[in-house]
Amino acid sequence: MEQIVFYVFAAVAVGSALLVVLQQRAVYSAFSLIVCFGALAVLYFQLGAALVAALQVIVYAGAIMVLFLFVIMLLDPQSERFGPDRFKKTALAALPAAAFLGFVLLRVFPAWSPRGSGDPLGSGEGPKRIAHILFQDYLLPFEVTSILILVAILGAVVLVKHRPD
Amino acid sequence: MGMVPASHYLALGAVLFVIGVAGFVVRRNVITMFMSVELMLNAVNLTFLAYARTLNQVDAHIFVFFVMTVAAAEAAVGLALILGLDRHSQTLDIDSVNKLQG
Repeated sequence: MEQIVFYVFAAVAVGSALLVVLQQRAVYSAFSLIVCFGALAVLYFQLGAALVAALQVIVYAGAIMVLFLFVIMLLDPQSERFGPDRFKKTALAALPAAAFLGFVLLRVFPAWSPRGSGDPLGSGEGPKRIAHILFQDYLLPFEVTSILILVAILGAVVLVKHRPD
Repeated sequence: MGMVPASHYLALGAVLFVIGVAGFVVRRNVITMFMSVELMLNAVNLTFLAYARTLNQVDAHIFVFFVMTVAAAEAAVGLALILGLDRHSQTLDIDSVNKLQG
């Protein structure tokens, strides 16, 4: 059962990720990315991270992608023309990417065996345990994150503020 | 009950990351490049969670939270930059924004 779900949603994730890169229009790329995030949420759920899966749908597929679609529809970008040197560029990008992928796959496959015991969160106490760790061991990074968000909000406001010269 | 080995999750994460890298390098539209970055971040999250299950530790979930938070902050600032870029030079093509001094 887990295998079927994994392979189906892995295929959906890879396919929609390819569509993100290959679509000429930014709106279609954004929609493909939402599909990809949804498939990844299912995989997170399978890995025993139910809370992260919910956050993936709420924060990524919800908030961030709405922001993207908002900007895309505000700016109405022209569909990108792929120039004559498209294949040269693609090869230039594909070579290091393929090298990296080959390296990772070589490292990953012989070394790993399925020795994980499934659900790291136990049953039903996931958010509780995560909250304990987040607010005790990782309290300082958590607080720093709030400052980061504050700075990001201020930065975004300053950046888009219209200054009539 | 067949469990999917962690290596398959790691391989999927690597594939998604490489697709993101290729998109970032090949595409010239700023918004699409930005979406490729989000794809790479998600591939890293998947890797974190696969290790979390294999090593039976929850700490990686906290890291995924932080990655998501940083991604949200980055999206806000990045999209504001894109708006500013469009306002300043009326283009979203990264190749035509090649001067530090506009």
